[in-house]
Amino acid sequence: MNIIETNALTKYYGKSRGIIDVDLSVPEGDFFGFIGPNGAGKSTTLRVLLGLISPTGGLARIFGMDIVENKEKILGQIGYMPSEPAFYHGMKVSECLRYSARLRGMDCAYEAKKLCERFELDTERKINELSLGNRKKVSIVCALQHMPKLCILDEPTSGLDPLMQREFYSVLEDRNAKGATILLSSHVLSEVQHHCRHAAVIRDGQVMACDSIENLGDAHAKRVIIRGTGVPPSIEGIKDVKIDGDSVNFLYIGKPQTLMDALSKLPITDVNIAEPDLEEVFMHYYRKMEEN
Amino acid sequence: MSILRHNMKQGRNMLIIWTSVIAFMLAVCILIYPEMGRQMSEINSMFSDMGSFSAAFGMDKINFGEFIGFFGVECGNLLGLGGAFFAALLGISELAGEEREHTAEFLLTHPVSRRRVVTEKLCAVLLQIVIMNAAAITVTSLCVLAIGETPDIKLLALLFLAYIMLQAEIAAVCFGVSAFISRGGFGVGLGLTALLYFLNIIANLTKEAGFLKYITPYGYTDSSYIITNAGIEVKYLSVGIIFTAVGIASAYFKFEKKDIV
Repeated sequence: MNIIETNALTKYYGKSRGIIDVDLSVPEGDFFGFIGPNGAGKSTTLRVLLGLISPTGGLARIFGMDIVENKEKILGQIGYMPSEPAFYHGMKVSECLRYSARLRGMDCAYEAKKLCERFELDTERKINELSLGNRKKVSIVCALQHMPKLCILDEPTSGLDPLMQREFYSVLEDRNAKGATILLSSHVLSEVQHHCRHAAVIRDGQVMACDSIENLGDAHAKRVIIRGTGVPPSIEGIKDVKIDGDSVNFLYIGKPQTLMDALSKLPITDVNIAEPDLEEVFMHYYRKMEEN
Repeated sequence: MSILRHNMKQGRNMLIIWTSVIAFMLAVCILIYPEMGRQMSEINSMFSDMGSFSAAFGMDKINFGEFIGFFGVECGNLLGLGGAFFAALLGISELAGEEREHTAEFLLTHPVSRRRVVTEKLCAVLLQIVIMNAAAITVTSLCVLAIGETPDIKLLALLFLAYIMLQAEIAAVCFGVSAFISRGGFGVGLGLTALLYFLNIIANLTKEAGFLKYITPYGYTDSSYIITNAGIEVKYLSVGIIFTAVGIASAYFKFEKKDIV
């Protein structure tokens, strides 16, 4: 069964574009990544799913129920973490967590305590005195303390330090193993690659690809810079080559092993393999679409 | 009830400050009355001889020599302006405040219907107005006992009732407005209240502008009418009740479908 299913979901803000004809299907128990540059429509899609904004066209169902008609019922099973969490002025962390639980008509004290310990969150501090990273942690606990069946997380790791990011993903993987479905948006490609099983790529309000991470394959793109040789390796998947003296700069899309084998045969003096800009990967998707 | 409780807690400091200031000012005014009462005959003729100025504030028809006449004007200034400003701030900040602080996103992603949010927030506004007035009534009663006056209880009750209706109307209209705006609003709330107050003054000054009394809630809180007729002017009050209902209804109507961006 699909936990989330959208059909030509569209949102216009007046005349300006939000999202256009978004078709998504997220199966139960999936770890789903939603990836795209800033302003592509990731947050708009999530906000429509949560009922914060109403769609101008199309349909969306969560847990098999229409999001407009059964909003409260659906929200009861969802944990949501906004990209920029905001809380009430002057409230302590513990008060905020209790308020969130009360709005759900639940007592989540046990789970909240466990999560706060795991994220080293001081519940006696006032939220407006906390740094962005710590406010994000409050938001994580709010989103997870009631053991939701579906977690919708909007840019969850921005502002979290690497240690906490790891802790965060390990909690999500625990929850996922227990059956929760995870939908997270990100503009960091490697994050989605490492943690998600399926992903959708969105740009300019439209979904450009929606598939498993393996099939998206191209998501394994690397930006490679080699020195010492004036030519790129002669293998498949080399794109966007820039040669400057003895340094060669190219985008590689394919299996890492093939690249390493080819590189080992070249007289290179230096090598740099980095995550490509998301923009580059999207440009590639653009071209692929045009070719098709 | 958790949203109501949360809102009461969030607004506690503001409620305490406004209530204390208004109650304190009421107490001061009532307690200096005996001193003023001795010079009342002069004051009375002075106040009623200021021509259109007296008319503007409705002082030409009031006898300052009697406590209830004096209280009607004082009460008008404190509860009619101070109380109304407080009511406006309460009304305008409830719904728009959540959006301004971006907490609407937090609140509305919980399993609560928009209708429930509006209802509980409206109850919080009205409850705070009731608490403020209860404190004002208590302080007034104690101070009246202290200076040994025996005013007509019915008139006193009618004055307070009129001002509670006025505050509720202003709060309801601002509450309706706050569903349409997403930030700011304090200026709108205070400006609207001041505007309504001045409309009443204009209406008092010229007969041609009398129709303005239908628009402004200060039309039915006119203490000279209440004291001379022992009642609130029904034609103005009924329009006020309609405005109140429209304010509340538009808050429900708008907020139900509003995009939270």
